[in-house]
Amino acid sequence: MTVRPNPAIGPVRNESGIEIKPVYTEEDVRRSGGFDFVGDPGAYPFVRGIHPLMYRHRPYTMRQYTGFSNARQTNERFKYLIANGQTGLNVAFDLPTQCGLDSDDPLAQGEVGRVGMAVDTLRDFEIAFDGIDLDKITVSLTINGAAPQLIAMYLAMAEKRGYDVARLRGTAQNDILKEFIGRGTWIYPVEPSVRLVGDTIEYCARHAPKYSPVSVCGYHIRESGANPVQEMAYAFCIASAYADEVLARGMDIDDFAGRLSFNFNVFGSIFEQVAKFRAGRGLWAKIVKEKYKAARPESEWLRMIAGGGGGGLTFEQPEVNIVRGAYYALIAALSGAQTTALCCFDEAYTIPSEYAQRISLRTMQLLIEEMGLSDTVDPMGGSWYIETLTNEMRQMMEGVMREVDEAGGVVKLVARGIIQDKVSEQAYQRQLAIESGAFRKVGVNCYRLPDEEEVDVKMHPYDEAETRRQIASLDDVRVTRDHDAVAKSLKDIGDAARTGANVMPAIVAAIKAYASVGEITGQLAAVYGRYREPAML
Amino acid sequence: MRNWRPRILLAKPGLDGHDQGAKVVARALKEAGFEVTYTGLRQTPEAIADAARAIDADIVALSSMAGSHISFCERLKPLLDDAGLGEKLWIIGGNLPKADHPRLAELGFRGIFPSSSRLEDIVDFIRSNAP
Repeated sequence: MTVRPNPAIGPVRNESGIEIKPVYTEEDVRRSGGFDFVGDPGAYPFVRGIHPLMYRHRPYTMRQYTGFSNARQTNERFKYLIANGQTGLNVAFDLPTQCGLDSDDPLAQGEVGRVGMAVDTLRDFEIAFDGIDLDKITVSLTINGAAPQLIAMYLAMAEKRGYDVARLRGTAQNDILKEFIGRGTWIYPVEPSVRLVGDTIEYCARHAPKYSPVSVCGYHIRESGANPVQEMAYAFCIASAYADEVLARGMDIDDFAGRLSFNFNVFGSIFEQVAKFRAGRGLWAKIVKEKYKAARPESEWLRMIAGGGGGGLTFEQPEVNIVRGAYYALIAALSGAQTTALCCFDEAYTIPSEYAQRISLRTMQLLIEEMGLSDTVDPMGGSWYIETLTNEMRQMMEGVMREVDEAGGVVKLVARGIIQDKVSEQAYQRQLAIESGAFRKVGVNCYRLPDEEEVDVKMHPYDEAETRRQIASLDDVRVTRDHDAVAKSLKDIGDAARTGANVMPAIVAAIKAYASVGEITGQLAAVYGRYREPAML
Repeated sequence: MRNWRPRILLAKPGLDGHDQGAKVVARALKEAGFEVTYTGLRQTPEAIADAARAIDADIVALSSMAGSHISFCERLKPLLDDAGLGEKLWIIGGNLPKADHPRLAELGFRGIFPSSSRLEDIVDFIRSNAP
């Protein structure tokens, strides 16, 4: 008897566009490229993981995105999370800080401390990290446009507390190209912005070689509408652009590639996600080895945070997001991420509550403690389906990267808004598919409640008085600091920017003299100009 | 059927950089036949009032995801009134907690579209309420 495929079962494609077969066999792996590009954990091409023992040696770092109001309040939340077993910090800054403005800037009105912690001067960092052991708890700063100031601030704060900056670990996001694609906290035009990223990489390589000055983010590009293959491919294009910027200054790839890190998104098909991370690890290793001729294996590592993404969570029936988050954490663990974090179930509504953050933290903890996720490396490896997808997705990523190169490179495509336009069109198509029911979202276009009831989400309060306190504190710093040291260091920043020298030494000096984030932005903007997004018809 | 195309100014107020939603809505409004100008990010109240006056907007639409909508709209309202746009249709979408809806309505925003609103509902509302 011949078995005919049921005509009612149409083709199934994953989000990246790969047609998924009902059954996979060894033959599929062979046809997609075989097992040649898999290797062992801890060895090139690192598809199975960048370390031989992975979570046996050290489980993922748990690093919830946290910050609100001011340094004092944020410090309390940090301590709450650490007391509950969190092993790293990921700091959220308010929008004025992210845009390089002081809290008393007219453009900051109504926004101080709203979506993150307000930071004006070194004093704020001294308070924010007070009582936290920076050797035990590594800190990730989610800062991009104002990254030069905040990296300088972190190093200065640590040094003041007696840490050896040459041994200090930590990460700054500092991926400005993706800010132009999604997220939007750019300050200067594209080209000087890339130069500033180069300045921070170069400075850290020389002075803080254990610090990761950049975390290249596919995450936000995915949130903006990219599919999983594009998420990785665009991130690698961007990472390559930063590497090219630094190599052009005469540095060696092995001086800095080992401290480049990555930030990726987790939502969607479990198998597509796991294959994405495996494929990405192999491809990045290949790029660094073959294109950049790195000699040190560490340079080839795709070190990453895989974060349970807000793009997958829903406004409807928010408690179901707790379950989604559990699957996202599972994916991160199955994928061998170095760090993970989860958007909280209430995050479509508000700054997450302590309760919501504790649930996210427990979710990540129980995978390690109860579910056997740290017992063995790359548990999905060897599955015919996963290995086939891994090969196919890697090849598709290479295709997307080739297209970007042939079109003139990622810096040019971002400056012209071409990648923005492409992912935005995809986001629109996705929204149409959600509204038509073609792309299923539980609680959104299927299994809705008859009457969406009042949800039980506790809204985070916003206190205007805290803004006044923040501004008073900034005023106080401005009165008590060494005015000559501030004036001189600010002038040095402008001079360095004008002559094309690395601006970081001058920024570090200014931060140590308690110059403010906004004052430093002003010096750089006077030379670089400020970016303005063009209106679109 | 009217053959004029309502002109919409779609703006991103303040420092909020989350523009995925605004861009999706802009595409939907264009598909629906409206003439849409999207301001791009980082608009001050003054810039939005100026831009709305410059294109003689029939509809002023804001997309706000970062929580500063009330204080922003309180500053924008008198500027739109002074610009002679008080009788136009003002709408706002984004992360807008329910508790804030009465205040937004009081400030003159007749269409309020919180997260998870459907594109066709936004389009239908504008068709039925455009001046």
